[in-house]
Amino acid sequence: MMNTSLQKPQRRSLIGNNALLLITIALFAIMYTAGCITYASKGFNHLQTFLNILISNSGLICVTCGMTCIMLTGGIDISVGALIAMDCMLLAVGIEKWGLPAPLLIVMILGIGVLFGLAQGFCVGYLEVQPFIVTMAGMFFARGMTAVIDTQQVSITSSSFMSTLANTKINMPFNIGAYMNSKGRLMIPYIRVSVLIALAVVVVIFLVLRYTRFGRRMYAVGGNQQSAALMGLNVRKTRMQAYVLSSFLCSIGAICYCLNTMCGTTTQALGLEMDAISSAVIGGTLLTGGVGNVIGSFFGVLINGTISSLVKNANLISSWSNVVTALLLCFFIVLQSVFARIKQKGNK
Amino acid sequence: MKAAIKKLVKMPLFLPIFSMLLVMAVNIIHDASIGAPIFGFFSLSIKNNILYGRIIDILNRGSETAILAIGMTLVVSASAGTDISVGSVMSLAGGMCCMLLAGFGNTNVSEYVTPLWVGIAAGILVACLCGAFNGFLVSYLNIQPMVATLILFSAGRAIGLLLCNSSIVYVRVPSFQFFGGYCWIFPTPILIAGICIAAMALVLKFTALGTYVQSVGINKNAARIAGYQSKRIIFTAFVICGLCAGIAGIVATSRIYSADTNNIGLNLELDAILAVALGGNSLGGGKFRFSGSIIGAYTIQAITTTLYALGISSAQAPVFKAVVVILIVLIQAPVVRAYFAKHNIKGIATSPKEAVQS
Amino acid sequence: MEDKVVLTMRNITMTFPGVKALDDVDFTLRKGEIHALMGENGAGKSTLIKCLNGVHDFDNGQISIEGIKGDILNHSTLEAQLRGISTVFQEINLCPNLSVAENLFIGREPLTKLKTIDRKTIVTRSQELMQRLDLHVDVQKNLEDFSLAMQQMIAIARAVDMDCKVLVLDEPTSSLDDVEVAKLFDLMRDLRDRGIGIVFVTHFLEQVYAVCDRITVLRNGALVGEYPIDDLPRIKLIAAMMGKDFDDLANIKPEGSINSHGEMLIDAKNLGTSKIKPFDLQIKRGEVVGLTGLLGSGRSELARAIYGADKVTSGSIQAKGNDVKISKPLDSIHLGMGMLPDDRKAEGIIDDLSVRENIILAVQARRGMMHLVPMKEQCEIADKFIELLQIKTPSRETLLKQLSGGNQQKVVIARWLATDPDFLILDEPTRGIDIGTKTEIQKLVIKLAQEGKGIIFISSEIEEMLRTCNRMAVLRDGEKVGELSGDMTQESVMRAIAGGERG
Repeated sequence: MMNTSLQKPQRRSLIGNNALLLITIALFAIMYTAGCITYASKGFNHLQTFLNILISNSGLICVTCGMTCIMLTGGIDISVGALIAMDCMLLAVGIEKWGLPAPLLIVMILGIGVLFGLAQGFCVGYLEVQPFIVTMAGMFFARGMTAVIDTQQVSITSSSFMSTLANTKINMPFNIGAYMNSKGRLMIPYIRVSVLIALAVVVVIFLVLRYTRFGRRMYAVGGNQQSAALMGLNVRKTRMQAYVLSSFLCSIGAICYCLNTMCGTTTQALGLEMDAISSAVIGGTLLTGGVGNVIGSFFGVLINGTISSLVKNANLISSWSNVVTALLLCFFIVLQSVFARIKQKGNK
Repeated sequence: MKAAIKKLVKMPLFLPIFSMLLVMAVNIIHDASIGAPIFGFFSLSIKNNILYGRIIDILNRGSETAILAIGMTLVVSASAGTDISVGSVMSLAGGMCCMLLAGFGNTNVSEYVTPLWVGIAAGILVACLCGAFNGFLVSYLNIQPMVATLILFSAGRAIGLLLCNSSIVYVRVPSFQFFGGYCWIFPTPILIAGICIAAMALVLKFTALGTYVQSVGINKNAARIAGYQSKRIIFTAFVICGLCAGIAGIVATSRIYSADTNNIGLNLELDAILAVALGGNSLGGGKFRFSGSIIGAYTIQAITTTLYALGISSAQAPVFKAVVVILIVLIQAPVVRAYFAKHNIKGIATSPKEAVQS
Repeated sequence: MEDKVVLTMRNITMTFPGVKALDDVDFTLRKGEIHALMGENGAGKSTLIKCLNGVHDFDNGQISIEGIKGDILNHSTLEAQLRGISTVFQEINLCPNLSVAENLFIGREPLTKLKTIDRKTIVTRSQELMQRLDLHVDVQKNLEDFSLAMQQMIAIARAVDMDCKVLVLDEPTSSLDDVEVAKLFDLMRDLRDRGIGIVFVTHFLEQVYAVCDRITVLRNGALVGEYPIDDLPRIKLIAAMMGKDFDDLANIKPEGSINSHGEMLIDAKNLGTSKIKPFDLQIKRGEVVGLTGLLGSGRSELARAIYGADKVTSGSIQAKGNDVKISKPLDSIHLGMGMLPDDRKAEGIIDDLSVRENIILAVQARRGMMHLVPMKEQCEIADKFIELLQIKTPSRETLLKQLSGGNQQKVVIARWLATDPDFLILDEPTRGIDIGTKTEIQKLVIKLAQEGKGIIFISSEIEEMLRTCNRMAVLRDGEKVGELSGDMTQESVMRAIAGGERG
């Protein structure tokens, strides 16, 4: 009897959650390699192409990390795109029209993120309202407030702090991936500050999820809310904290986003929430909660970025990248469903 | 007195009707404050053989939301989830229709390439297929509705754009503009929405669809044992939702006689979901009140129209919408309800924990 | 044994909407004793424990625990744990997506100097704990990879490892086999000797007498009494649990044997699903066939296979002599079958619909979506069965969730009777129902059989089966192993269930 109960699980855990992560990474590798081979003439195989994907998606990486945490607890947050728009607008208008120093505004934005998360988290955690509805209200609110602050596009031009941060190129050490361009100049691949921020977020959240009580509590709550409560965990607080974390990370993402665009508009980051959710799902996070990690989500974002980069290189219109991403999303969702079914059968 | 109020508040349609009355009151007060006729809100007039009036305007512009709310109510009830792809599917249906009518690659035509009915049928058919796709994922593959519909949410609009060769396709033919224009003195969208609502009301009255959907939504397993094919019913709900999205898409496209795929139905899925919630229906599925959803849909439009009348720009309006959503949500929150129940009537209230568990 | 009280609960009263779940219940637990909490289904054992843990709020009463002055009121299991009460609930309450080690330590993980979780220590300490309990488990594997029994042992390990004064075990043995039960008992005795008070809730009488020192009996939410184990022999315990109505149940079966020459209703040949090995079963008109066996022996699964509730993998069914194909419950309904599932809450009632809607549910399903049962007819049907089965409800439009368990069960029975079935499966129809209703349902079963219907009857209580069934099919480990008929006694049935190996 002991033997059977020991042998079965091994087979199951092999096709379990790690497999999803491996598939994601493998898919990314295949896709990227295919791109390198097909579009070598356009310089796809240069390291800089990869770094550019990182640069342009740095904001999304931060947001997806937060989304992953929320999805781990079994929730969802569709307010992130609107919150980014509000943050960027606040930053732009604060600098250009109110003449406030950028560092102060950044601190302010982070504070707003926490408050925003507290409000949403309180509704979800303590008032037990459906996350989708709460964050929908949050989305309406943030998007509307963006317009209340200003309805025009405001570019950030007068802050040396911001422009320095935005324009700083951080060259790869030891000239890794350096190459000569057609004019014979040595091109050293570089990243920008926003990438450093995003990578730091990934690492920190990875550690938080793995090595802190808060992190494990999020997994427990997502795994089985009732059990978690009966084991003596504070479910309500955990759920609220997840939303605070997400909105905070979203505000960090907003800074990365702003460093890339250097402006604030009412339509900024429109639909970003769905990119974040689909990245997380592609990265192996289950919307039912309890399963997933930020490494997967990180690769999910990279896959999304690679797709749009490939579509651009193929001279296709950008709609194709939406279609391909959706197909991929469909593939992963069906895969997850099949895995869940196998697992269920195994348990019975 | 107190008991009477309590009874009133407990009435099933209290929430949507109350909010509707509130919106009207705001209008009346606003009219009075600027010196306009107090009941200007309700006034109707006929200019150029066309019926005018603020109510007509609300009914007209609320048509798409109302049509979507029909399908959304069923989906929410049967699957305890939401279909977030309807806005995108609307756009796809419109794109499909205009592409066929104008011929692929043409952006501005004044003659049909294919007959009108083919275009419309194809648009609605595509929308039904989208609904079927969503329904298949949700019912047969057991995927959460929100995740399943996320696929078409991002793909639907993009496919629509591809069908239109990434540009806005104009179909400048009067008969095409009919669906978004006028029928005798009435705006056609009102009539179309009216027909859809009436059709659904008749179906609910004379078939057992309501019982089927609600049973499945409340307890899928029990419904199955009692002889209801839960999967098929959830699937059907999504197909009906797709059908509604298709009809709404055609109306929206006809209104601007063009397939502006980037903007048709944008964020309308949120309005539709909000309409269902505002109608006093739980987004957790199960019991539904069709009339509530419909009143909810028009209330949302009334709120929007009122905000414009108050001089609030369309970009800022979401702030107020957010306030409305938060209020509705708080009124419905089980914890808040339990709190009030506890402080009004001692002993009868169920504990919040109890409410969560059930 | 020192007689020092560690936990007292006084005058605990608690109401669910419409039902008084606990009525003025007292409970006293002494240091270093194993105290059985006994009672039938619905007596209020689990509710009492949930009140103790703050899962339910009670209306009235006091709880006090040794070492804390005054009354305590727990608002959550967390508070209860902090006050030294640790509980293993009836359903396994661990997180399937976390590793065994994490499940053991979550919420109280040892931390490193950096305030991060010390994963190494968790693993080593979990391994030690598992070894101490003689469980061979890879603690780094996810909990969902283990069998239910093992999960149950892990849940117990978690409770045991916490520094507690009171350990509550709510039906911990239901998914354990004999060896594991013995292991658990050793552990319980060890803890008792270390001065911990243990509350032990179980259905198995033998286990009570094997390990307990004292018994408290509840009946219908009220306290019957507290007895030292030696003062309460088995018969008296049963009497205390069941009350005086016990005798009332005898002899409802009509004298004389039933016509076994009736028409063949169901003839299953070699029928099997993934959960039950292929079996043959025949049911004739006017017969009550009992399915008996231990919990999990495949009783329900056999019935579900016939009804088409589970996917059939082999075999065939003849209904009234015709070959039929049943792939879903709707098919069987069209053939004149009905099934009352064992889990009323999960598969029986549709709690948000009214009594009327619940009663006409199956009739409606048989007629199909396009043929709505007219409102007038719906009301007639509902009124007829409310009257016939004496369903206690304020009106036919009352929501089903507002009714008591017994009345809910009657509504589900009415749902099937309304379709006028030829063949009815009743899976645990009397579980969690008061004695009075129980007798009513048993009488109804016999009446239905006399009217010429075929019935499959499943119950955990052999007494009840003996009272109602003409014939019994015996199941063991997911397989039909035999049939009993003629003169059946409690002993002969028990022997058949136990099979050769248990003697």
